[in-house]
Order: sequence, then structure tokens, then C-alpha cells
Amino acid sequence: MEFLSDIGTVIVETLRDLAPLVGLILFFQIIVIRKRLANFKRVAIGFVYVVVGLSLFLIGLQSALFPLGETMAQQLTDPEFLGLVEGVAGAWYDYMWVYVFAAAIGFGTTIAEPALIAVADKAGAVSGGTINPWGLRLAVALGVSIGVTLGTFRIVTGVPLYWFIMAGYAIVILQTFFASRSIIPLAYDSGGVTTSTVTVPLVAALGLGLAANVPGRSPLIDGFGLIALASVFPIIAVLGYAQLTARFTRKSEAGDSIERK
Amino acid sequence: MSDLTNPGDKPEAPSPRFLDALRHHALFAPTISFLVLVLGTLRDLVPIIAVIAVFQLAILQQPFPNLGEILIGLVFVMFGLALFIKGLEMGLFPLSESLAQDFARKGSLFWLLFFSFALGFGTTVAEPALIAVAAEAGRTAAEGGVIEATPEAANDFAIGLRYTVAVSVGAGITLGVFRILKGWPVHWLIISGYVITVVLSFFAPDEIIGIAYDSGGVTTSTITVPLVTALGVGLSSMIRGRNPLIDGFGLIAFASLTPILFVLVYGMLM
Repeated sequence: MEFLSDIGTVIVETLRDLAPLVGLILFFQIIVIRKRLANFKRVAIGFVYVVVGLSLFLIGLQSALFPLGETMAQQLTDPEFLGLVEGVAGAWYDYMWVYVFAAAIGFGTTIAEPALIAVADKAGAVSGGTINPWGLRLAVALGVSIGVTLGTFRIVTGVPLYWFIMAGYAIVILQTFFASRSIIPLAYDSGGVTTSTVTVPLVAALGLGLAANVPGRSPLIDGFGLIALASVFPIIAVLGYAQLTARFTRKSEAGDSIERK
Repeated sequence: MSDLTNPGDKPEAPSPRFLDALRHHALFAPTISFLVLVLGTLRDLVPIIAVIAVFQLAILQQPFPNLGEILIGLVFVMFGLALFIKGLEMGLFPLSESLAQDFARKGSLFWLLFFSFALGFGTTVAEPALIAVAAEAGRTAAEGGVIEATPEAANDFAIGLRYTVAVSVGAGITLGVFRILKGWPVHWLIISGYVITVVLSFFAPDEIIGIAYDSGGVTTSTITVPLVTALGVGLSSMIRGRNPLIDGFGLIAFASLTPILFVLVYGMLM
């Protein structure tokens, strides 16, 4: 276990990463607000937990999440597994299992994401019951799933990322004009919150691994963008879902009033 | 009628009381709440492990290299993240939340905006997902020959990237807070941001575009989201005539957009 020997370095780096946050909070608490620090002991113990926890997480990341993503990318694009000639890129449909894997990871990690559950419940409250939290979660999970899959398709084919992003933005802007004002900030926020701390490194490693293993792709130019697409598509999904439910409720209400007549 | 709906009349169920007692017991309380957190991070990992296991067993059917080290690493991730969140909840979260409320109430625009910037900056520098992705970006840039192919150069690139993103999140939060105060609609600002990023993408070098767009989604997670949401909701509940559910949101959206802009510019200047 050679990674254990790095633990000292990691802790020092973690302290450096946390210094700005702690320094700024202490500055505001003591200099600007001029309040005594309540529960100093508890805060100090909490800080020790944060340092140790973050260090452990970063070590685990290097020895587990990155290798997992890279190995999956390498095995799924292995010419022997795909029945391709070594060193020659196949057609986009030869990489079907890559897309299936991307879709499954995108959907599976999002549907259980606590941040999304919280946002979905709030959206249900804002809408006054027209938005079903479960339906919304399903919509966002499908959105992330489509986003990650399109991202892998883009890496395999080498289409520039900004075409997809631009198309995604265009759809979001169009939808914004038709959406109700209360849902817009929530929908925009949902793009940022759906990718958890555990999912992001794995997905990043998957993209870089794909770009390194598909012949003719460069990790630097083609390897990124999975997370970007996974952040745009949930916005589309939330806005679309809100619009659909609004339309259906209006229709069924209209239907009710006609029946009553 | 009012007598019937008086909550004091309701007899309390015994079992929650027992659980409460257990939860507040000095000896058990920390252990139980920590175990709940470990289970929470396990829930994040389960879908990943399940999908990979299905693919390995049913489709790939190949030996998995370094399986032992990966399993140990996953345990590190689980306990590390749980400990990290536990520590945040003990100290940094309550401190910054009460600070956010103090500044929202204080009424000094300068200090409020300054605090917003500092909160965005500080939380982003410490964000684990960003540390991870920036390290990967540095390594890839070094291997791709954009910067020197040394670990030091890769490390410098990663740190430069992270501080750029941190400054941009600070700027995004400050703009978002200003928006809440003014009551501007969120979508006009976001749409103009989209237009600027698209225009910048044509001028930025190809190597930075992917990293730039990814950094938008990466920045907002474990630390940033709860603190920034607390600031937004606290702020809009202080201002009369504002709905916290409408005006409190939107800060994260700014914090996900400004990093794309700033990193594109960072790539152009590099």
C-alpha cells in the first residue's frame, strides 16, 4: 500500500486547501462582526475531522475512483472486446457498450443523489403541488444520463464540445421564455447540484480514459466535457418537466369543466 | 375546536422518545450520527459499484486489476467523506450560516458583498471534487505538452486553475447577491452569460474549452452548495416582499456559470 506513505503530504496539502476558508471566517467573525466564538472546542474538533476526512477522501480518490473510471474506459474500448483492429478507430456504433455504461452511471448516481432529492422537494413546494418530486427526480436523472451518454459519444466521434453546449444553451434559452417565473432559478440551480463529489472524479476519469484509448483522440482536447453536459441537461429536463406538467394539468382542468357542463 | 387541535394534548409515541434518548446520549450520540453519515456516503457509492459490477460480471468478464487496492480506496472515500461532512457540520457550517445571517441583517452593502465573495472563494478552494478534477487537468495538460511535462508544472497548473475558479465563484456569488438585493430576474443575467461563454469559446484555445466547461459543474458540491444556499435564502427572507423560494435560488446557477467564463479567459491569457 504505497499510497499510505503519502498521507503526511496529503494532510499538509489539505491544510493549505482549507486555510482560505478558515482564515476568512475567522476574519469576519472576530474583526468585522466582533462576536466571541461560541463552542470553540467543538469548532476545533470539527476542523480536525474536516482535515482528516478530506485527506482520507483524496487518498481514496487516487487509489479507487480514478482507477475505476480509467479501467472501465480502457476495458470498454479494448479492440479485442469490441472486435476491432488494434489502432484503428471503429464507427461510433461499435462503442455501444460505452454509451450503455455512461447512461447507467449517469442515471444510477443521480436518482439517489441527496442534493437532488432536496431540490425536488423544494420544487414541489414552490409549484404548489403541480410538480411531483418523484417525477422531477426521474426527469433530472434522465437528463444527466442523456448528458453523460452524449458526452461519451462526442469523445468517441471527436465532435467539438461547444457544438453540444451551444445546442444545449439554445434549448435552455428557448424553454426559459415559456417557463413560469417561479421555476426558472430552481431549474438553473439543478444543473449545478446534481453531480456529487463521488460521481465527478469517476466521470472525469472515464472521459479522460476514453479519449486516451479511442484511436485518434487526445485526452486534452476530447477528454473533458462529460461533467459540463451532465450539468446542462438537467436544466432542460427540469424546465421541460415543469412545462409538461403545467400543460397536462391545464388540459385535465379544461376537460373537467367541459365534462361538468 | 381550538382545544382539539392543541398539539400539547397529543400523547407522544414512546419509541421516538427512546430513540431520541439514545441519540442524545453522550456516549452513543456521536457514534450513531457518524454511522448515519457513513451510510449516506455509502449510498452515493452503491449505484457506481452496482453498475460497474454488472458490467464486469455480465459483459466484460475480464480480470479487474488492483481490485484489493481499489476496495481499500473505496473504504477511504466512504469514511473520509463522512468524517469531512461531520466536521463541517460541527464547526464551519454553523459558523458561516450565522455569519451569513448577520451580514444579511447588518445592512452594510459593502460588507455583505465582500462576505459573499469571500464565502464563494473560500468554499471553492476547499471543494474536494474541484481538487480532484484540477489534478487530472494538470496531469493531462502536462502529458499533452501544453505545459512542461513535470509534476511541478502539473501541480502549478492545477493550483492556478483552482484559484481562477475560486475567484470566479466568488464573483458569481457577489453578482447573485446583488441580483437578490435589486430583484433582477435571474434568467436575463444567465442568458447573457451563456452568450458571452459561447462567443469566448471561439477565441479560446481548444485545449482549455473542455476543462473550462467542466469546471462549471464541478465547483458546486459538498461545501459550496449548503453555505451558498443558506446565504441566499437568509438574504431573501430578510428583504420585505421577496419570496425566499424564488429569490433565494439562483446563486448556484451564477456559481456554475462564472467559472466557465473565467477559465476560458485564463486559457486565453496563458
